[in-house]
Amino acid sequence: MGEERRLLTGEHFLTGDHACAEGGMAAGCMFFGGYPITPSTEIAERMSVRLPQVGGIFIQMEDELASMNSILGASWGGWKSMTCTSGPGFSLMMENLGLGIVLETPTVLVNIQRGGPSTGLPTLVGQADMMQAKWGSHGDYEIIALAPNSPQEIFDHTVKAFNLAEIYRTPVLVMGDESVGHMTEKVVIPSKEELEVVPRRYTKKKPGEYLPYDYDENELSDMVKAGDGYRFHITGLTHDERGYPVINAEKQDWMVRHLRDKILKNKKKIIEVERINLDDAEVVVISYGISSRVAHRAMDLAREDGIKVGMLRLITVWPFPDYMIKELAPRIKAFVTVELNMGQISLEVERHTAGKAGCYSLPHAGGEVHKPEDIAEAIKEAAK
Amino acid sequence: MNKPAAQLDVTNVSQDTHPMADLLRMDRMPHIWCSSCGLGTGLTCFIMALRDSGIPEDDVAVVSGIGCTGRVAGYLNLDSFHTTHGRAIPFATGLTLANPKLRVVVYSGDGDIVAIGGNHFIHSARRNMDLMVICVNNFTYGMTGGQAGPTTPISAKATTAPYGNYDYPFNIPYLAIAAGATYVARWTSLHMRRLKNSMLEALPKKGFRVIEIICPCPTAYARKNRLGTGLDLLKYYHDNSIIKHGADPREANIDMNGKVVCGKFLDIERPTFRDFQTENIGKQLGGE
Repeated sequence: MGEERRLLTGEHFLTGDHACAEGGMAAGCMFFGGYPITPSTEIAERMSVRLPQVGGIFIQMEDELASMNSILGASWGGWKSMTCTSGPGFSLMMENLGLGIVLETPTVLVNIQRGGPSTGLPTLVGQADMMQAKWGSHGDYEIIALAPNSPQEIFDHTVKAFNLAEIYRTPVLVMGDESVGHMTEKVVIPSKEELEVVPRRYTKKKPGEYLPYDYDENELSDMVKAGDGYRFHITGLTHDERGYPVINAEKQDWMVRHLRDKILKNKKKIIEVERINLDDAEVVVISYGISSRVAHRAMDLAREDGIKVGMLRLITVWPFPDYMIKELAPRIKAFVTVELNMGQISLEVERHTAGKAGCYSLPHAGGEVHKPEDIAEAIKEAAK
Repeated sequence: MNKPAAQLDVTNVSQDTHPMADLLRMDRMPHIWCSSCGLGTGLTCFIMALRDSGIPEDDVAVVSGIGCTGRVAGYLNLDSFHTTHGRAIPFATGLTLANPKLRVVVYSGDGDIVAIGGNHFIHSARRNMDLMVICVNNFTYGMTGGQAGPTTPISAKATTAPYGNYDYPFNIPYLAIAAGATYVARWTSLHMRRLKNSMLEALPKKGFRVIEIICPCPTAYARKNRLGTGLDLLKYYHDNSIIKHGADPREANIDMNGKVVCGKFLDIERPTFRDFQTENIGKQLGGE
């Protein structure tokens, strides 16, 4: 057992779920608390093999409420932690995703999306949890959510999610989907030297001087862990800089603004997109996850027919790249949003377009991906 | 230095001179607990036990859920976590597994631990997770104003049981033992010396340890049931408690006007989750 088995540098043929688990390993994860649920289970299975090899702990908790809490506790105990889930499990994790956000706890939650609502389509693809990712826990907050579209990306994004979690001291969501989770492709795991891993930013202050919510000019604050003599207190209640509960409107405003600002003021550092054929584009496809691969094929088909179409592929879905939509809108004819839901991110696109371009969406309830030809037709319609 | 709290002169105690000021967050006083509630006595016992245990205070972490008892984490001057309703145990599970040097104590109420958190309680007992659980049982949801809960005795009145509670309650020691806990005791908040000794005994042990504290709730439970003040309830405990170590937990049900069986029900050794995993998985992986 030891760290030498952590990073499987080299070329592999992996499912997205297994690549996700390897991403967690590569990022330094030591703790996984989870509950089996299709189509994310293979992540948990792989972590149950891998974590004991490096001295970490895999624990199968009694439900997703417990899973989410266990990873928060592990994080405050000093270990990088993660969980994965899908469908109804994501709903159960919402309660303590909120606790993670308010305590400002670095951790990673992977959702391999399937069709919903309720038990829905356990084995088939969906992307209808995107608004739940943003608003699923009660109250106002901001979240970081990434949407990988291949096994390679889910590896990369899981590492990135861990890094963002440490930088912004918050739970980060990897919003995969069943297709990406279950497809098998080449995955290149880099060497230790090539891999960027952000370590936990522990305070340099002494006990007595440290405050859990003492923000710097970038709205960020440092961590401690239990057992180091800081005698800190943290709570899910609205709190002050010391972490002590303060139940009034003034501190509520202070705390909620900090939770939002640390993401929103840093969004240009956080947001990552892929820009494809945007220079001459009159129609811009917005897509993410597995849908972006189908949409890419549709874009190629439409280009063959002479349509000037490009794609803004969302790698980071939350925070939403509103400034990119605002910049594109006045110089194009229309956006076409392609996603496996009845229109979630398309509403965000429409909101930020503010009437300056046409907005088309292709509602799809999930269970399979769009047909590229249908998307190509929509692109042609939007180009008229 | 540690006189029993019952003998302390509590008149004119300032924040500087409070005899437990080093382990309390004096900047959070006054606390929210009602006059003659038993929570303060239980906390006093815990602080005395912690001091006597010789366990370095920096190695102790306390995790609470929600409710009157849930405020304990915020009053203790230790690394402390006030989590969501019912979730103290799974949070503490991650904490203890990630940092085995910690002695992790879950300190919360009956509604938190055996109603909304009941599933976590039984599974954590099954695993023999390395946690000491102090469950304060006041037979009601005090903070929300006295609703019926999973421990409310049959026929007792509550704001959500205006005709009396006709919903069978949990017997916490029996539940804990059936689920796999390795140390189980029950005391009332009147039994300060015995409660402190149980805490002192359980603190250095490993595995899933449960101490139930029967506690007066003068404002909600006692008032609704015309049981008098907190002092009247202590008198009731005095007259109706039966101390019986090793008692059959099946005989430890608490009825509306019945006896309260107290004592140490169980004290056994069984490998904890971490030890069991490390030993067996370690062998398969070839060990270090």
